[in-house]
Amino acid sequence: MKNRMNRLIFLLFFLLFYSTNSQAALEIDVTEGNLRPMPIAITTVIDKQNEQLGLGLDITKVIASDLAGSGLFYPINPKAFLEEVNSVDRSPNFNSWRVVNAEALFTAELIYENERYKINYKLWDTFTEKSLEANYLVFSKNKWRNVAHMIADTIYTRLTDEKGYFDTQIAFIAESGPKTERIKRLAIMDQDGQNPVLLTSGKDLVLTPRFSPNGKELVYLSYRNGQPQVYIYDIQSKQTYVVGTFPGITFAPRFSPDGKKIIMSLQEGVGSNLFEMDLSNFDRKRLTNTSDINTAPSYSPNTRNIVFESDKSGTQQLYVMDANGNNVRRISFGTGSYSTPVWSPRGDYIAFTKISKGRFMIGVMFADGSGERIITDGFHNEGPTWAPNGRVLMFFRESPGEDGGPMIYSVDITGYNERKIETPGYASDPSWSALMN
Amino acid sequence: MIYKKALNLSLTFLLIFILTGCGSTRKNIEQVLFGGGNNNEAEIVSNAIPGSSQDFTVNVGDRVFFATNSTSLDDDAKAILERQASWLELYPEISIIVEGHADERGTREYNIALSAKRADIAVAYLESLGIAGDRIETVPYGKERPVAACSSEACWSQNRRAVSVVIIE
Repeated sequence: MKNRMNRLIFLLFFLLFYSTNSQAALEIDVTEGNLRPMPIAITTVIDKQNEQLGLGLDITKVIASDLAGSGLFYPINPKAFLEEVNSVDRSPNFNSWRVVNAEALFTAELIYENERYKINYKLWDTFTEKSLEANYLVFSKNKWRNVAHMIADTIYTRLTDEKGYFDTQIAFIAESGPKTERIKRLAIMDQDGQNPVLLTSGKDLVLTPRFSPNGKELVYLSYRNGQPQVYIYDIQSKQTYVVGTFPGITFAPRFSPDGKKIIMSLQEGVGSNLFEMDLSNFDRKRLTNTSDINTAPSYSPNTRNIVFESDKSGTQQLYVMDANGNNVRRISFGTGSYSTPVWSPRGDYIAFTKISKGRFMIGVMFADGSGERIITDGFHNEGPTWAPNGRVLMFFRESPGEDGGPMIYSVDITGYNERKIETPGYASDPSWSALMN
Repeated sequence: MIYKKALNLSLTFLLIFILTGCGSTRKNIEQVLFGGGNNNEAEIVSNAIPGSSQDFTVNVGDRVFFATNSTSLDDDAKAILERQASWLELYPEISIIVEGHADERGTREYNIALSAKRADIAVAYLESLGIAGDRIETVPYGKERPVAACSSEACWSQNRRAVSVVIIE
């Protein structure tokens, strides 16, 4: 079965490599039918003690929704199941699962003890009849969603050999009010759009939140003091502090992969230049010194390089430089302009916004600029962010017109499996966290 | 606010004149208040208190416009900034905030930088005309505060702007 999954992944990457023109997204849509998601049987989590609470069913639904949402799995309708699973300890009748085409089988049982829940779960290969995973998690009830996402991540990892991305959060800007007086608030939600929480009142205009690598802080832009400045928000304490005092406007912040530094733009009158600030002592280091617009910096995961956008050639293009600011080289050469580059956590790709012929696209290219592929194309797509496994992107798509506004979407880096994230209202500037647990 | 008070006061007088049946005066006041001609707005503005932000906005012109992705001032923009500078010379106690803006056809971070550059270009021109830099602040709004909400050039051209906002202490 792993072979089949590997084949599927190979196919995805085959498409990735061989569709290098801007029509790629459309072509991939056509081949979507060839990518048959793996059928998996996710049996309802057994909950003998507290069946009426429905917790077992809730956990089951989240696991199935995560796996289906990845586009790589097809959870089989439980009505088709031939065998009722009464115990996680008993070996299933594999033949009855093969008959319903399940290639993998998930079973689990909840036990309530000492005011805590324990979930025992197993993942089976129905063809080899071997257990792929047998484990348990102990949790308090309010963590049940995290537990469901963690189990889904484990299933995803066992069956694809890739890290999962379900137990993660998205920081974003929640938008309300008319387009000319838009109210913007800092917000976070689970990766699947659940548990949205507003963090700021909307009094001050806020933009571009970015998660710290440990998921505990956000660095963002706020007009709190009238001028745009970079601030850090501590999610647990709800405290906010300004990131150093600069003689000008600071914007476009991002954490370094170790979380110890922040890289951002400082507007200096003649242009915008990149600075790095050490959070331990607030020492700042200038990285560019030109009269152009140099902005939207992002570190490589090994911290050795920085990708950013600059209009030094006349239009916005992508550049990579050494982390000390040396050795600047342009990497984008297609028609149009390129901006908001973000380095994949795997190091292989750089995602970006591309503007060409009045259309706004999301694309990826290798870190040396080769292999450019457009993933989505339309009136306005902007601001990609990577899932921690570097396989999925989120971005925002703005609809045109007076009542238009942004919504957040996720998409596989092949351009396959695009999904809208349900948010309470308009939402923009997504930033994907690392795995939370 | 001051303008509103003036208008209210005038309306009160108008009412008195109507009630007292003072026909000819009433007509004159109507002409002042409502123009009586073809450009109501301009006539009303003649009522704006000199040195007020209304006076600046309509009699001088509070904003200049830019071409797509451009930060350079065309002749129209320069003419308006020259009028702004003359007005600011008349009222040396007044300071201004120059807001830079961009249209929605750019990415967020770039538009902040672009709008900052637009504000700075406008400020540099005002300074070259003799206005002291310490009377002027700038705020870049990127694409966050459009005045026109449609998604076509008719609106985008109004949104690519630098707006001088009068601060009266």
